[in-house]
Amino acid sequence: MKLLSLQRRMARAVMTPLTRAERMRPVAPDGRSMRAAASAIIKPNDRLTSFERLEIYNRQYWFRVLSAFAEDFPGVRAVLGGRRFDAMAKAYLIDCPSQSFTLRNLGSRLVSWLQKHPSWAGSRQNLAVDMARLEWADIEAFDGLREPSLKPEDLTGVNPAKLRLHLQPYVSLLALRYPVDDLLLEVRKDSDDLDVASNTFSERHKRKRVAAVAQLKPSAIFLAVHRLDEDVYFRRLDREEFAILTALHAGKTLNAAIEAALRGSSIALADRAAHVEKWFHTWSALGWFCRLDSAPKRNSTASRR
Amino acid sequence: MPANRFNGHTDYGIGIGLRSPHYHHILTRKPVVDWFEIISENFMIDGGRPLRILDQILEQYKVVQHGVSMYFGSAERPNREHLRRLKTLVQRTKTPWLSDHLCWGSVDGRYTHDLLPMPYTFEAARITAQKVREVRDFLEIPVAVENVSSYAEFHVSEMTEWEFLNEVVERADCGILLDVNNIYVSSQNHSFDPFTYINSVPAERVAQIHIAGHSKYRKYILDTHDHPVIDPVWRLYARAIERVGHTATLLEWDDSIPSFDEVHDEALKANRFLASASLAAAV
Repeated sequence: MKLLSLQRRMARAVMTPLTRAERMRPVAPDGRSMRAAASAIIKPNDRLTSFERLEIYNRQYWFRVLSAFAEDFPGVRAVLGGRRFDAMAKAYLIDCPSQSFTLRNLGSRLVSWLQKHPSWAGSRQNLAVDMARLEWADIEAFDGLREPSLKPEDLTGVNPAKLRLHLQPYVSLLALRYPVDDLLLEVRKDSDDLDVASNTFSERHKRKRVAAVAQLKPSAIFLAVHRLDEDVYFRRLDREEFAILTALHAGKTLNAAIEAALRGSSIALADRAAHVEKWFHTWSALGWFCRLDSAPKRNSTASRR
Repeated sequence: MPANRFNGHTDYGIGIGLRSPHYHHILTRKPVVDWFEIISENFMIDGGRPLRILDQILEQYKVVQHGVSMYFGSAERPNREHLRRLKTLVQRTKTPWLSDHLCWGSVDGRYTHDLLPMPYTFEAARITAQKVREVRDFLEIPVAVENVSSYAEFHVSEMTEWEFLNEVVERADCGILLDVNNIYVSSQNHSFDPFTYINSVPAERVAQIHIAGHSKYRKYILDTHDHPVIDPVWRLYARAIERVGHTATLLEWDDSIPSFDEVHDEALKANRFLASASLAAAV
């Protein structure tokens, strides 16, 4: 048997989903006998059958990818509940196995997958998608590229009608239907408490978190997920702020972005200039704009935390 | 060998794996450590805290890169994006050599994120050696391949694991990262004499040695890196040092990670064997 053929057969077996009892299936979902598949390529020894030897790799694969996935999406887990999340994770990883050398990218297709498979989240579909978007943006912000930041002197003599500003690659702008930022912070706090708390204390917090999820009502928010001094932050934005940044990110000129964002705004005409000035001051202080000569790029092939 | 062309002619002592639970201790206490081994993939990123910490470590310590997903034994060609990022990191760390495993783990663009065992065939040796050469030529630094722990053997194998290792490193003209714990684990799982393996390795190609702990189950042993090194593994290490001389040695501890001092103390136990090797060399 040629190397490529053997590796295809083994990989197919290793990535076959486990039983509910987390053992290798005797029969794969497509009807293949896993015993026959194992015997065809793997020798038995005096303690283990071919099936049992292959099962070690099959179980290790699923334990590894499921645990890495759960580590990246504690918020989605809180939204769906543990049992439903575990089932969803298996279904997602069957449809979207890793295509990257790093586990960091395991969840890169979760948002689009959840949108195509609403049954996994049921009535919490929008909430689950919002949370998945936030958690993926968090991963991107954590280790995304930082270009040299724009400085006030870089703008000397630049015509605002032609000026195009680029956001740092690690900044994500999210329009969300639920205030999932608060929920994720609560979930994380809960997780941190678990490290040090007694069982009773942990149980109380768990109930509090479940209650928070159950009571979360739709409430549109605009969010920038960004990094400051290497910590990731979620910053709530005004609607107009979000619109300006989104337009700039889409490549509009500064003037066009501001004009489009403020069209129909409830901010009084007389106050608009002050608002814009304040927003730009904040964004600049946070280092969100790249220097004009920096070529921005978004990348998603990096490592896990 | 103390210094050879496979470890960039360096003479490193005893190192430990750089792991996040120890970052604070290392950066604040600045313990004396010969060198740290990093998992390359954890730092093949564009920015953020991991790279900032790495740069702080690099200011004070020697660092060697160890990879987990190059998959020299995969039938497919090396991933160009992986190579590009790896080279960027190599330029940052100035690692004198780089290691990854003699295994496979991806096929048709899908990754298992596991270190899957090789079929010990001449075809596999040829493909693997070609890939090692390709990676080394691209990175422009010495490359060492590490023997892995395994739990399965293939019908198609045409040679023993150590014969396969020798076949690959001779064809690729590369170094060996000799993991004596992996030899022990595989010897128990496949019922061979681990000393036969150690005695068969071309000593002049050993760039580095790994030691680690493992977990014993009823019917097999798993390479878990979550325990101290057991005596039978220290005996294999002693034999390896006897053959290859005072060689850069690294303790791997990746799960249930204890305090920095505990990990470092465990690693420093290798000193008693390295000291006798130095003495023997002097005599």
